[in-house]
This record gives sequence, structure tokens and C-alpha cells, in this order.
Amino acid sequence: MAGPAVAQTSPRAGARAFAPGAWVLALAVLAVLVAPLVVSPYYLTKMLPFFAYGVVLLGLNLLVGYTGLLSFGHALFLGVGAYTVSVATTRLEIRSFEVILLLAALTAAIVAAPIGALCVRYVKIYFGMLTLAFGMLFYSFLIKFYAVTGGDQGLRVAQHSLLGLFEARSGERVRFLTGQFYYYAAAVLAILALVMWRIVRSPFGLCLRSIRDNPEKAEYLGVSVRRHRWYAFMLSAVYAGIGGALLGPVTGQVDPTLVYWTHSGNLVFMVLLGGFTSFFGPLLGAFVFIFLQDQIMSVVPYWRLVFGAILAAIVIFAPTGLMGLLSQRPTLPRWAVLRQAPGPEHAN
Amino acid sequence: MSNVVDVLLSGVFAASILFLVAAGLQVVFGVLKIFNLACGSFYALGAYVGVSAVNWSLAAGLPRPLFVLALVGGGLALAFVGPIVERLLRTVYDRDEAFQLLLTFAVVLMLEDVTQLVWGTAPYSTGALYLSYGQALILGSTVPVYNLLVIGASVLIAVGLGLVLTRTRWGRIVRATADNREMAEALGVNMRRVYVQVFTLGTVLGTLGGALVIPSTTAISEMGIELIVQAFAVVVIGGLGSMRGALVGALIVGVLRAVAIATRPEVEMLLIYLIVIGVLVVRPRGLFGGAAA
Repeated sequence: MAGPAVAQTSPRAGARAFAPGAWVLALAVLAVLVAPLVVSPYYLTKMLPFFAYGVVLLGLNLLVGYTGLLSFGHALFLGVGAYTVSVATTRLEIRSFEVILLLAALTAAIVAAPIGALCVRYVKIYFGMLTLAFGMLFYSFLIKFYAVTGGDQGLRVAQHSLLGLFEARSGERVRFLTGQFYYYAAAVLAILALVMWRIVRSPFGLCLRSIRDNPEKAEYLGVSVRRHRWYAFMLSAVYAGIGGALLGPVTGQVDPTLVYWTHSGNLVFMVLLGGFTSFFGPLLGAFVFIFLQDQIMSVVPYWRLVFGAILAAIVIFAPTGLMGLLSQRPTLPRWAVLRQAPGPEHAN
Repeated sequence: MSNVVDVLLSGVFAASILFLVAAGLQVVFGVLKIFNLACGSFYALGAYVGVSAVNWSLAAGLPRPLFVLALVGGGLALAFVGPIVERLLRTVYDRDEAFQLLLTFAVVLMLEDVTQLVWGTAPYSTGALYLSYGQALILGSTVPVYNLLVIGASVLIAVGLGLVLTRTRWGRIVRATADNREMAEALGVNMRRVYVQVFTLGTVLGTLGGALVIPSTTAISEMGIELIVQAFAVVVIGGLGSMRGALVGALIVGVLRAVAIATRPEVEMLLIYLIVIGVLVVRPRGLFGGAAA
């Protein structure tokens, strides 16, 4: 398998491979829909970060899995989205969550435009380092400019309304979150997943994969490599912004740890855990990450030790992640195996 | 005047610690071509073991002025961590560097909890030992003599490393490997052994840095992930894989931070990351990059 999901050359082969997958997907959607009726509120509140991270990771995997660029600072855009919610609800008096989501997407795009333009000039480790540096730049800004950002305390997320119809009344926060907000976030994830599904199957998505597999050849065939990488960067930042915005109301508080470099690392971890070679891999990764972390922390506080061991095992033995194990295609695509000469490799 | 000297000296002290960790990062990147995020965790490990080593040896009757020996001993004893982590990394040498980076991140996660498991979450320190060598008066400012000792030790290590890498047979092999792995291997260099040795050297530089810094501060479990981003700034500014780059980069980051903290505390790390981004954009090889090891 040469890359996420649709690497097969003939569309029929793709359809055949996905027939059982479609059933699993339908079951998963059904489970999400009926969960509020049967599952305890505690686990429902754990589903909310899953929806939020799901959106973020769909975007991140466009960059990592489909374009072949490993970002180690993607939490930056998640943070931009989360802080947008906070600023919008507390300072700008914006209540409509739809407007806030749009605002988060827009802010993330505006921030990502210059950063992406600089970052996509490089690939491999230099791309990762530059994104890491931007992430930490934003982190230091959040920490130090107390008046604007609330410093290490962060900012609170205030009252907001969904579709102009629902809002959390005082004292009913949990009911709101596990009720209306639950379905709202699930719907946002579903819509954005559908959009991403279309994107990766569009000619644009094909261009991204051709760039990942062989940038020189793609350039030679007339694909503007750098511009496509930039578009992918912006798109993934917009997804991260929206996902971050969904995360804001869940925690009720946003703080700088959201953009710290280890959080970016955890995002990549989730993508890899689920499987970066599969479209739904990152969603599975987010789900497993969140619920496994919860289970471990209910027993011992040392989730990092367990997760570090899991990450090491995944990297070494199952680099295509859980999806790779499930589909019994644990071999890596060729672009992730070959090593190229070290040194700052300029993107084409 | 005394203020300026104060700031400069504290900057150089920070730089001398940063240099040790960054040098560990560089030597590993130069030869193995892996950006080892776990260098910061080695530093944290060194700090914790340093405190414990001092406490044990003082309890066992080591004269107080000799506590530095316990620190150095603790830092050196942690060399055994190197081969273990290298064994882990060996499994992904032929993989894309994304996987190598993530594997070192896995080590970061594990070591952070290992330190918490062993030493708990409360901050650890060596107490009043820091000032047990007294203070020196330099150009009107008072500096703990211990800081001067560390600066001296770091300079010694830098010179020693430079000599080993340029003058000895082993150093030539290391530089040859960094330069061209295939050629070195074809000429009969035992690659596996060189990798283990170099990685262990990188580990010890990190643990030694942590052990030496600890009298001046307290050990907390986040100190590793905090330092690695500073060391990251150092190696990017200096140039990946370059020892001279580590030295100059550490001085730039250490002194600039000290100056920023003294004059405009709000720009502190912000300034450093701006420089990092500037260097990456204008000159991605860094100040001294390009030349190997």
C-alpha cells in the first residue's frame, strides 16, 4: 500500500477494499448517535474532545499522511482556534457558535498563511523544526503577554449559543455539553470528514500524494509543488482551528499548554497510533488515545510511561498504526522507508 | 557596571550548561542523523540523580566541599542509559526521520514518568550546598564560585571534546562516519560500535549538564522538556551537527536570555524563537552548519 486509503490504481479495487470498512463506519456513526441514550455522562464528556481532536487530526493527516510533511507545531493552530472562542465569547460578545467557528477557521487561515509560506520552503526535519519554532513562539507570546492572553492562567470561555437555539443555562453545563453540544460537535466532525474525504479524492488530493511520493516528478509534470504544499498547510491549519474551537467549550478554559510542543507531539502520536496511511486512522487514533489515557489515569497517574511504550512499539513494530494492523497491511509505504541524504533539503 | 557583569555572568553560566546538552544533541545528529528530543530528558535524569548522589554521599561521609565529585559521578554513571536508548533507536535507522523523531519523543514521554515514579512530583534540590564555595567578587559583582566552576568545567569539556574529535584516531573515525557513513563503513569502521559510543557520549553530555546545573536550581519533572526547546534553539542557530555551532549558539541563547530577563522580561524566549525562525528562513544551515561534526 503506497499511501492513505485510495492508493490503489483502479477505483474498483478501492471500492472492494472498502466494502467491509463501510459497514464498520456505519456502525461507528450509529454508535455515536445512540450513545447519549445509553452511555453515562462521564463517557459522553470524553467523546467531546474526541470530536474536537478528530477534526484537528483529519487536517493534520492531510499534511503528514497525504503530503508527507511532519509538523511538530500543529498545536499552534489548535490553540489559535481555542483562544478565538475565548476572545470571541468574553471580549467581542459574540454568542453564535457558528460565527465563532467561522472566525476560528478564518483566524487560523490568516495565521497559517505567512507561517505556511515560510515553512513549505523546507521539507523533512527542517520543516518539522520550523513548525516547532513557530509553535513555541506562539507559546511564549501566550505566556508573556498577560494582558491580552491571561498568561499561564489562560482565558475562560463564556456563554455561547448553537444555531441560535440552544445555550447552556447556568447549572446545566454538563447537560448542555452531553446533549445539544454533543450532537453539534459530532455533526461538525461528520461534515468536515466528508469535506476532507472529497478533498483527498479530488485532483488536488492526487497532486498532494504525487508530491509526497516524488516531488521532482510532480514538479516535472507541472504540479506547483510549493504552492500545493502551502494549500495543504492552510487547509490543515483551518481544520486545527475549528477543532480547537470545538475544544474550548468542553474545557471551559483555554491555556498555553494547548500549544506547548509536547501537545503537538501528542497530535502526531494520535495520527501515528491510528495510522497515517489510512483516512480514518487519525480518528481511530484520537479515540483510542483519549479513552486509553482516561482508563490508565483512573488506575495510575503514569500514563506517559505507558503511552511512551505504546508509541515506541507502534513506531518499531506497527508503523502503519492500528488501521494497518486491522487491515493486515503493516508494511510501510515506500516514501516512508527510503532515506535520503541528510542536510537541509529545500523543497522544490 | 556591576549589573552588566551580573547579567553577563549568569548568561555565560546558563550558556555553559546549554552547551553541554546541545553538544550531546549535535554529536548524535552529526553521526546518527537523528534529532534526539530525549536529550532534555537525559538532562532531567542527570539532575535528579545528581541530587540523590549528593545526598547519599554526604550521608555516607563525603566531605561537603567534595560534593561536586558526587555530582559528576552521578552524571557519568548514567552513561548506561545511552546504549539502552540506542538499542531502541537502532530498529529505525533505515526509516524516514519522522519515525526516528517520534521514537525519541516516545523516550521523552517514558523518561518523564520514570523520574516521577522514582523521585515523586515534589521539587528536589541540594539545599544550601550551592553557596558552600562562597561568592567571588568580579568587577564589582558577586558571583557564586560554583558558577565559575561550572563555566570552567564546561570550557574544559569543550576543549577536551574538540581535541578528541580532531586529534585522536577515534575522533577521526567519528568525523569520517558523520561525513560519509557508507565510505567509512567500506573502509572497515564498525558502524554499530561507533553509533553506540557516540550516542552514549551524547547521553553523558546531557546527564552531566543536568547534574552540574542542579545545585543552582531545583529539579522538577518538566525541566527536560523545557530545556530541550532551548537546546533546540541553540543547535538551529549554531547549525545542526556542528560543535562550534553548539558553542556559539549556546553563548548567544544563554547571554541573550539573561539580558532579556534583566531588561525586558516579556520578550525572553520570544526573542530566541524569533532568532531561530530568522536563522531557519535566511540560513537553514545555521551559523556553522555544513561542516560535519
